[in-house]
Amino acid sequence: MHVHFLDPYRPGSSPIHQLDARVKLILTLAYILTAALTPIGAWPVYILLLAWAVTIEILSELGVGFVLRRAALALPFVLAALPVIFTAPGAALIHLPIGPWMLTITLPGVERFISIALKSWISVQMAIVLAATTSFPDLLTAMRAIKVPRLLVAIFGLMWRYLFVLVDEALRLMRARLSRSGESDRPDLKAGGALIWRAKVAGGMAGSLFLRAIERSDRIYMAMVARGYDGEVRAAPLPRLSRRDWLTLWLCLGLLLALLTSAALF
Amino acid sequence: MLLAPFLSPQPMHIPDGFLSPLVSIILWVFSILVIAYSLKRVNEDLGERQVPLMGVLAAAIFAGQMLNFTVAGGTSGHLMGAAIATILLGPWAAILMMTTVVGVQALIFQDGGLLALGANIFNMGVIGVATSYFVYRSIRRIAGEKSWGVFLGGFLAAWISIVVAALAVALQLALSRTSPANIAIPAMAGIHALIGVGEGLITIGALALIYAARPDLLRSSKQGVTGGNALWVGGLAIALALAIASPLASSHPDGLEWVAEQQGFLNTARGPLYQIIPDYVFPGISNQVAATILAGVFGTLIVFGVALAVAYSRRKRRLGEVRQTQ
Repeated sequence: MHVHFLDPYRPGSSPIHQLDARVKLILTLAYILTAALTPIGAWPVYILLLAWAVTIEILSELGVGFVLRRAALALPFVLAALPVIFTAPGAALIHLPIGPWMLTITLPGVERFISIALKSWISVQMAIVLAATTSFPDLLTAMRAIKVPRLLVAIFGLMWRYLFVLVDEALRLMRARLSRSGESDRPDLKAGGALIWRAKVAGGMAGSLFLRAIERSDRIYMAMVARGYDGEVRAAPLPRLSRRDWLTLWLCLGLLLALLTSAALF
Repeated sequence: MLLAPFLSPQPMHIPDGFLSPLVSIILWVFSILVIAYSLKRVNEDLGERQVPLMGVLAAAIFAGQMLNFTVAGGTSGHLMGAAIATILLGPWAAILMMTTVVGVQALIFQDGGLLALGANIFNMGVIGVATSYFVYRSIRRIAGEKSWGVFLGGFLAAWISIVVAALAVALQLALSRTSPANIAIPAMAGIHALIGVGEGLITIGALALIYAARPDLLRSSKQGVTGGNALWVGGLAIALALAIASPLASSHPDGLEWVAEQQGFLNTARGPLYQIIPDYVFPGISNQVAATILAGVFGTLIVFGVALAVAYSRRKRRLGEVRQTQ
């Protein structure tokens, strides 16, 4: 397997790593919901939520820089909200004459844009911490605990098991294509073939990837049947939550609720 | 420059923070209902083979999204996969596979948000699959057993799955008042009409290989019938609704604003809760600026305290290790 670099999980023994995956998943969802419900322009609450995120990042011993670097990758979508600074009605801030048009940046527009960007930024940070401190099998247990159907959890599990195999397969296909086609850094030299031809090659690769996957799933099915699989997905009962986990869960939920209600006061 | 965000490679996955809570939750409910029904149908159709087949094919779709081809000027075409999944395994299995792919992308790779996951499943899984099923079935019915039905159907199914899903993203952003309808809808539709051509061409390429190697997988009697007429009608309805709603919304943004006002009742509902303590101020703190500064100081103190505590405990641990080795 070459692509273990895909797995964002970073083993560790920090308090966040040790926290039960179910508690982490529920708290991450609660945090993101809190950020979503926080009204536009409630700056103090955003600052406290950001402080919360940074605190968790320090406690997780992942390194704040690591999380922030990864969070930046999710930022380009923020530009989708950019037009809102011109269109939200309200007091004009700056007039930008562009050619024959006059673009007006409004104060509520800027507030809305910054709020959306902040919400998105802090939410993605918590999602990164969750993925980096929780192994996938633990996440599957957590999904089972929040009542995701067992069948769907089983499909998730099998997909994760073969994800690396198939990504490897895709990388091999791409390497084969690369080794058979010319490429140049000079911009005036076009990379081989017409557009339709290139698309067809990529399509052929996808097709053969799917065929191989179907055939592989046949073999996996045979192997599962040989080991006694009868179509029923069985799983061990969920382990109990420790007192510390319960305490963390209710304490953090209470804090988030307090933050949300205080959003009105500011 | 306003078009730039819509050109990014994966503008289809909405991150958290961009959808209003109400839009997110409604779409979660829709997605959960469709997933529950799909699980039931797939259980009947595939039986015990379903877990390995769908698990591995979902992984293949994830890996297949990496396969790309250069178009021009640094942009590249790549696969979303809803159409090819629908054609190969039927719509219900395709919905589950896209759910798994989008779910792993959100949970592990932060490609799309967790609260927004319901919306992303709805756009790429439900809408993408339903519309491509509708188009592919219709063309296969017209073409009968002739091979052009497979390829034309595959191309159009792939194209429409991209365009309609993009329209849905734009409408949801507009309803959440994140992106104005009269900019987001034409931009998303225009860009994805082109991206959809790439998806369609790759899908044709994939179908050509499968048609040559395993024609049994594409026989119309084998797959597709599992969808039933209800989904065919559903696909038609979704495609029609978005085709009618989008131009209306983008030419009359006020109409959508009105809907946004109406659906913004969550904000108004929250109003009374907050008015329990009207004009409340902290003693000595009379305005928002002071509150913001206070929050900033408070937040910094927490972070600083935690950092200090962690550093201290680490040092102690390291000293302990040193002592043990001595």
